[in-house]
Parts: sequence; C-alpha cells; structure tokens
Amino acid sequence: MSTPYAKLPGWADYGLIPFINLVVAFLVAGLVVLLVGESPIQAAGLLLKGAFGSAAGIGYTLYYATSFIFTGLAVAVAFHCGLFNIGGEGQAYVGGLGVALVCLTFDGIFPWWINFPLAILGAAAIGGIWAMIPGWLQAKRGSHIVITTIMFNFIAASLMVYLLVGALKPANSMAPQTRTFAEGAHLPKLDWLLEMFGASIRSTPLNLSFVLALVMAVAVWALIWRTRLGYEIRTRGFSPKAARYAGINEARIVVVTMMISGALAGMMALNPVMGDQHRLQLDFVTGAGFVGIAVALMGRSHPAGIVPAAVLFGMLYQGGAEISFVMPDISRDMIVIIQGLVILFAGALEHMFRPAVQTIIASLRPSAMRLGPAKGEGV
Amino acid sequence: MDFINLIVQLLDATVRVSVPLLLACLAGLYSERSGIFDIGLEGKMLAGAFAGAATAAVYGSAWLGALAAMAIAVFLALVHGFASITHRGNQIVSGVAINFIAAGSTVILGQAWFRQGGRTPSLSADARFNPITLPGAEALRDVPVIGQIYSDIISGHSLLVYLAFLMVPFTWWVLFRTRFGLRLRAVGENPAAVDTAGISVTWLRYRAVICTGVLTGLAGTYMAVSQNAGFVKDMTAGKGFIALAALIFAKWRPVPAMFACLLFGFLDAFAIRFQGIAVPLIGKVPVQLMQALPYILTVVLLAGFIGRAIPPKAGGAAYVKER
Repeated sequence: MSTPYAKLPGWADYGLIPFINLVVAFLVAGLVVLLVGESPIQAAGLLLKGAFGSAAGIGYTLYYATSFIFTGLAVAVAFHCGLFNIGGEGQAYVGGLGVALVCLTFDGIFPWWINFPLAILGAAAIGGIWAMIPGWLQAKRGSHIVITTIMFNFIAASLMVYLLVGALKPANSMAPQTRTFAEGAHLPKLDWLLEMFGASIRSTPLNLSFVLALVMAVAVWALIWRTRLGYEIRTRGFSPKAARYAGINEARIVVVTMMISGALAGMMALNPVMGDQHRLQLDFVTGAGFVGIAVALMGRSHPAGIVPAAVLFGMLYQGGAEISFVMPDISRDMIVIIQGLVILFAGALEHMFRPAVQTIIASLRPSAMRLGPAKGEGV
Repeated sequence: MDFINLIVQLLDATVRVSVPLLLACLAGLYSERSGIFDIGLEGKMLAGAFAGAATAAVYGSAWLGALAAMAIAVFLALVHGFASITHRGNQIVSGVAINFIAAGSTVILGQAWFRQGGRTPSLSADARFNPITLPGAEALRDVPVIGQIYSDIISGHSLLVYLAFLMVPFTWWVLFRTRFGLRLRAVGENPAAVDTAGISVTWLRYRAVICTGVLTGLAGTYMAVSQNAGFVKDMTAGKGFIALAALIFAKWRPVPAMFACLLFGFLDAFAIRFQGIAVPLIGKVPVQLMQALPYILTVVLLAGFIGRAIPPKAGGAAYVKER
C-alpha cells in the first residue's frame, strides 16, 4: 500500500489525527441532535451520567464493551491481512449456535467452569468455520471477500431463523428461542469487581466473558506482533506481492486469518448468550458485529486502541439508553448514526485532515517532519 | 384456469418487487463501471425512501417527493465520492458508513418530525405515484392468456415501474453508444489511460456517482411513494445488497442486470406466495431457504462455479495521478 502522503511524527499519526477525526464525527452527531431539536451539550451530559454515573451504569457499559472488544478484534485481525471482514455479525450469530449446542447438551452435567471452555471452543469453531468459507473462496476462487461476507451475514440470519423456529425451539413454546439453560451454563457475574470499589449495586449483566475479551486482546497483540504467523499476516496485508515473493503461502494465510477472525467474532456470542440471557434468542447480536468495524477503525487495529474504543461504544450504548429516557426523540438509533459517522471520519476520510496537520506541524517544527514514526511501537 | 391465474399473479408480484432492485442495480452499474465500488446502495435507497415519503407527506406531491429523494441520495453519493475520489479513502468503508448513517438518521428524524415510531404519515392517493392503466388493457382483459398478460402483468403499474424498465435500454445506450459511456467504462478499467487522454478522472467518476444517486433516489421513491404509502423503519431490508448481488450476477451489464433482478424478484415473490405451502415436485421448502437463495446463488457465482464474474479492473482503487 503506497500512501501518497508524507510521514508524520508518530504522536500525530496515532494520536492527533484519530482524535481530530473522532471529534469531527461527534460534532456532526451533535448537529443531528440539534436538528431533532434537543441540546447536544445536555445530551452529552446525560450520556456520561448514564454510562459512568453509577456502578450499575459502569457494569452495563462494560457488558456492551465486552461484545465490541470481540468483534473489534475480529475485524482488526482481518485488516492486518488486508482483508475486510464485514461478516462479523453473521459469524457472531452462528457462534451463538456453538455456545447453545454446548450449553444445551452439558448444562445439567458439568459445572460452568467445564462448560465455559467447551462453549468457547464451540463458539470459536462455528464462527471460524463460517468465516473460513469466504476466506477459502477468496484465496482459491478469487471471490471478493467483502461481498461474500455480506452474503454470509444474510445466509446466517436465514439459517438461524430456520433453526430457532424449528429444531432448537422447545416443542411447547411459541417464542423463537431455545429453552433457558440450567445453572451449569451460567457464567459468573462480575458484580463483585464493581463492589470492590465500594459500590453496592443491583445485578448487572457484566460477566466473566469480559475477562476473556481482555485476554483475547492480549492474545491478538501477541499473535500479530510476536509470532511468525502474525508476521506473515502483516506481510500479506502490507503487500500480497511481497508475501508471495518471500515464499509465504498466501492462500493458507488468508484462510487462517479469516478463521481466527471468525473465531473471535463467534466468541462474542458467549457474552449475551451464556453470560446474560442464558438462552439463544433471535437477533441476539443486535449489530455488535457491525460496531466492530467502527471499533477496529477507531482503535487503528491495535488491541490497545480497540479496548478503549469498545468501551467508548459501550458507553454510547448504555448512555444512549439514559438519553432516551429524558429525550424520547433520541433513541438507540442515534448510536447507529454515530457509528456511521465514526466509520466515515475515522475510516474513509482518515486522510482528510492530514494535509492541514502536515502543514501546521511542518511550520511549527520543521525537524519533526524528518523523523520517521516513533521506533519500537509499530502500531 | 386457476393455474394460469396463479402464474399471472406471481409474475405481477415479481415485476413489483423487482423494480427497486432494478433501479438500485442500474445505479450500482454506473458507479462500479467507473471504478467506484458502492456497497452504500442500501443506505442511499433508504434515505431516498424517507426523504421521498416525508416530502410527499408534507407537500402532498409525489413529484416533489421524488425530487427530494433524488436530492438526498445524490448528496450521500457525493459524500461517498468525496471520501473515495477526492480523499482516496477506502470505498468499502465509506459505503458501510453511509449505510449506517442512513439507517440511523431516517429513524431519528422520522420520529422527531412525525412522531409515529419512525414511520412517515400515510400518504393519500394523490400524493403517490398511482397505477397507470395502459390503453386497451380493459378491452383485452377477457382474451385468454395474452389479454391477461397484457392487462395484469404489463399494465396497471405506476410510472416508476415503466421508467425503471426503460432505464435498461437507456443505460445500455449510454454505456455502449455514447462518448460518456465509453469514457466511463475506460475509467473503470484503466484510469491512467483516460487521464493521459486529457480527460479528468475525478470529474468523470463524480458524474458516475451522481447517476448512482439519482437512480437510488428513484428506487427509494418507488418503495415509499408508489409500492407503499409511506416510509417504514428499515424498509429496504437488504434490497440494496440483493441489487449488488444482481449486479455481480449480471457481470456488470445492463440487460442481464434486468434479468438477474427479475430472477431475484421472482424468488422473493415465490417465497411470499408459497410460504409454508408444499410445492409440487419439490415438497415444502423452508421460507428461509428461499430468502437466502439470492445470497447463496451470488456466492456460488462469485466463486466461479457458474461462469466467472470479473469486476471492472480498476474498481475499488483510488486513482493517484503520477507526479
């Protein structure tokens, strides 16, 4: 990828420009709030209060963030390989199937600490296989991964509806969902974590999969920057030609990367299915797969950026609910707009402010422009 | 006789559900032939549907609605152009962004302005594009088969339906018989050659995305102001992506695009008509399978198992002038 832009100092490239992009995205979102006839400043206040004003709020914020960390990492891993996996939504959806199958089979037999690793494997396996097919089709048949993963989202949705109104539904029930899992398939809540900081709260859905998400963030960092496979993935992403020339098996890397990406997206299902609702429901993903795109773009595909970006979106989800209590006109759909704006300004228009920033930095510190990006921390 | 009636009904429904697909598919054709991938068709249709229905509801004119729909869709197309042509951003990312912005803002603005849970007020008959009875349709109704085909399938649609089908030969003519079309196709295959010939790649691509905007606006208008009597939250329901699938299925050519849209429309109409009913020879087909079929077919086609779909060569890549 040859960028037609000159190099900036690292702090500007990884700090200043994403920050400007984000601020612009939120300013435009503020305009929408104005258009609806509410005060953006008041809305922002309510948002913060709803997300962090109480221990329960924090619990919910982190619960949503858990899902977004998984899907954000999934998108990021594929980005490193130069692949755009829009299929996170579908992979997470079928990942739920893996969780449910494990839980429905073993929930009366094993305690949660045996079922949890099994469910992780189940979610990762089905999510991984679901992403492997587009990966294989890209590598071997040259079909465009973006289109195939979009198509697979729709196919996944149809498949899951078919299963949830058919085979997975208990015979005596009308609702399109599985039976409620027994105690053995409930993940422990993390309320004690919040209570440790002196807050006594009613139950929040925050559960053990939050810890798993953080572990996965570290694992993805290690995979991408500290292993041979990660090196090959990044090489393929940087230049497929160079990768081929270096003797890297391109098809294998593409398929493996998509499997890892799909497995991460599939694990997202653990959070709502095993951690909170204790049953597989229709549409339980609720757009988390797509939020992952915004999270990965905002976090610049680095786990250290993805986790805070996921928390920010968790905050928007939780705080957004708070806003809609006071301002009924600003519903959850506001987040979809913000998501779109973040993707637009942090993704598609990421270079918009670069020339201006370049000019300013060059005029302030001519020496800074001659330095490459900061050494060591290759993001 | 019952069987013929059934077929006629099915084909009539096919035409109706194919029209938004066809308009969106032709819209995508202009953009993608010029080298700008557009997965934001869905969002532009949705925004167009909302703007069309809202304007028609407030001013009571379907024509004003169509204008507003085209205006907002062109605006979003220009945003896509601004990101992917001027700022050389990732075209896929930009398309995804536009889909989300449209999905969110139509609901938020709809609720704030009309307070009907994201719907726009129901349109009265004179604020919609109404069915047109073609000359002689009534007289021919009683003629078996031919009369039915003419009066039930061909006649009795709104102006936009005829416009959509007329756009097919028109698009073919523009792409393959005009100077603009030649340049448009060239810029999608080899922008550097077009640039060398002294033609502005940027301006050409901008004109292509404007065409996309106009047609997606019409697609949205059809859905909200003709097919239905108002806007409903998320009413495009993935049609933009089916249109994209049809475009690939048709290998980026206008006439096959029409047949692909009719095929996908037929699958849709068939799935609605035979929901839960056993079909002769096939048995009871799960409705979800029918719904997923366009997507499955597209995946199979893209994989090169039924012919090969080769996209415009410069598609998806921003053009950087050599310095």
